[in-house]
Amino acid sequence: MAPGGDRAGQPRIATCDGAAAARHSTSETAPLALRGVTVSYGRKPAVFSVDATFPAASLSAIIGPNGAGKSTLLKAALGIIPRLSGDVRVFGQPLKEKRAHVAYVPQRASVDWDFPTTVLDVVQMGLYRQVGLLGRLNGRLRQQAMDSLERVGMVDFADRQIGQLSGGQQQRVFLARALAQDADLYLLDEPFAGVDAATERAIIDVLKDLTAGNRSVIAVHHDLSTVRDYFDHVFLINVRRIAEGPVDTVFTPATLQAAYGGRLAATQLDDLALAGAMR
Amino acid sequence: MTPLAEALLLQAGYNAALVTIGAALLGFAAGASGTFLFLRKRALVSDAVAHATLPGVGLAFILMVSLGGDGRNLIGLLAGSAATAWIGLWLMDWITRRTRLAEDTAIGAILGVFFGAGVVLLTVIQTMSAGRQAGLESFLLGSTAGMLFQDAVVIATGGTLAVAATWLMRRPMTLVAFDSEYAAALGYDVRRIDLLIMGLVMAVTVIGLKLVGLILIVALLIIPAVTARFWTERSANVIWIAGSLGALAGYVGAVLSASVPDLPTGPIIVLVSAGLFVVSLLFSPSRGVIAALLQHRSFQARVHRRQGLLALAAQHPIRETYTLRLLTSQGLVRADGVPTEAGRAAAAKVARDERRWEIAREIHQAAGLAGRYEGLTPIEDVFTADEIAEFDRRLGPPVAVGGV
Repeated sequence: MAPGGDRAGQPRIATCDGAAAARHSTSETAPLALRGVTVSYGRKPAVFSVDATFPAASLSAIIGPNGAGKSTLLKAALGIIPRLSGDVRVFGQPLKEKRAHVAYVPQRASVDWDFPTTVLDVVQMGLYRQVGLLGRLNGRLRQQAMDSLERVGMVDFADRQIGQLSGGQQQRVFLARALAQDADLYLLDEPFAGVDAATERAIIDVLKDLTAGNRSVIAVHHDLSTVRDYFDHVFLINVRRIAEGPVDTVFTPATLQAAYGGRLAATQLDDLALAGAMR
Repeated sequence: MTPLAEALLLQAGYNAALVTIGAALLGFAAGASGTFLFLRKRALVSDAVAHATLPGVGLAFILMVSLGGDGRNLIGLLAGSAATAWIGLWLMDWITRRTRLAEDTAIGAILGVFFGAGVVLLTVIQTMSAGRQAGLESFLLGSTAGMLFQDAVVIATGGTLAVAATWLMRRPMTLVAFDSEYAAALGYDVRRIDLLIMGLVMAVTVIGLKLVGLILIVALLIIPAVTARFWTERSANVIWIAGSLGALAGYVGAVLSASVPDLPTGPIIVLVSAGLFVVSLLFSPSRGVIAALLQHRSFQARVHRRQGLLALAAQHPIRETYTLRLLTSQGLVRADGVPTEAGRAAAAKVARDERRWEIAREIHQAAGLAGRYEGLTPIEDVFTADEIAEFDRRLGPPVAVGGV
């Protein structure tokens, strides 16, 4: 399937023009809207009373220092870890109603890569909900998985055992698994962590294709130097919400200072501000 | 026929045949159902579950006797063991989720406390008038002496159900074992699937109590799956291979114990299973110890050969004795360190390939070939003859090594 091509027989969620959607997303229709989300390990909140609205057909970054609750926010939004309080809406509805429209790419390091499975098997995991317990992974679904591998440049690796992959290839396989779900909202946890430059380019190309096809992408991101190049929208967090909005207006030295505090050297802030001013 | 051959062909008497068939069926069920326990890395949970069956056996006996029935009714005893095993499993889950104690602590606590309670109950039963001949202590290590047709039916029925459930639920269980966060994001209830994995293990434990006993059943659940992992790279295959290995161990173990007087069945089955594991550990072609050693040796030899030939080409002395020995044994260097005719040719080839690779990297920058170069893959495996001819055109005529 061509990236962003229309899918016959599946309900479209975000059909309006991408840029317009980005401007006019409200919590009623946004791909992901959080209200008062609080997550706590023990008595210390990891994420505290966070409101967020992510725009449709955009690439959004969740950024903040280590331990700021970026991954926790993502997992809480997906119901992977329990929320202490707060409301999560996906395209205006509770997550339960919209699970089939959401794809998740966990951190690469969160699994054991010596698990006995092949690249194609992993990608087909993205289809398990579609096939159910007894359904067969027939030719059409297999092709869907192979198409996803094609999009991340991993077709030749389909029959490899996953333990033989490099870090970048592992990340591509995880992305392909999410692509196989053919979702409308993609949530990625640190997709660029520890991958080679070629993989980073391949991944960002796929993500940009997705948003060009009216899908929405939200990624936890840690490399401040690439935020402006990769993303349309940023959400800054340090346990609480610091700021959110289009990159150009929100990704500023002032908000970064607020999120990172003393951890970001003044010179780094100047560099980032300069990079912004030069475009 | 010798006793061994008789036992092997199920001709050593009704009881021995029943035990052998029962052990093979139990081995299959335990191997297959234990697959996801192993893949989820929760092997020890099953040990705690097995030990938690003992108080159930005791309580069921006391209850059945006090109701005026036969305390040794197998179905009643197994129901009791399943009940306390389930309580133990549930408590472990609760401790792990609701307190700050880690799973290993929960395993240790449940295993010790439940087993201790079970031993106390067995002691109490010994003092009861109906308890003396109960023979409940055979549930610890298993017993084949009084195996009935009914026992084999319990194993066959329960085992078939456990294997069928494992196969039916293999996708969700694979998903949870490999990537539980992704499973949760897809909307699977990870906790319930974990309980299902353990529930299957519990079912196999209960049906295996009489034959193998609660102390050794964990070996039947885990060893076949670990062994199967040496022979396949796909989780669905692990299920069937583990089942087959378990059945083989059960059959052979029961045959061995039937053909030699006074050999205990359960422990022999476990030892046979362990033997299959050791064989796999050594001889698996992809993951075995010997294969790894040979691969390492061959890789080391390739590295040394290349380094040695490059040194010859540059007319540097070869200092490492291993390199020198290797090149000598391959007939590339004479005993006094002077290269032979073949050695000079090979050195010229390695040196030339090295320069061809440099050209190749310049020409094929975009193709990501730089990453594929480690100096050990023959250049002919990566490029076609006409591509190599093009590199040679740029390199100019070959240079001989050793000035001939």
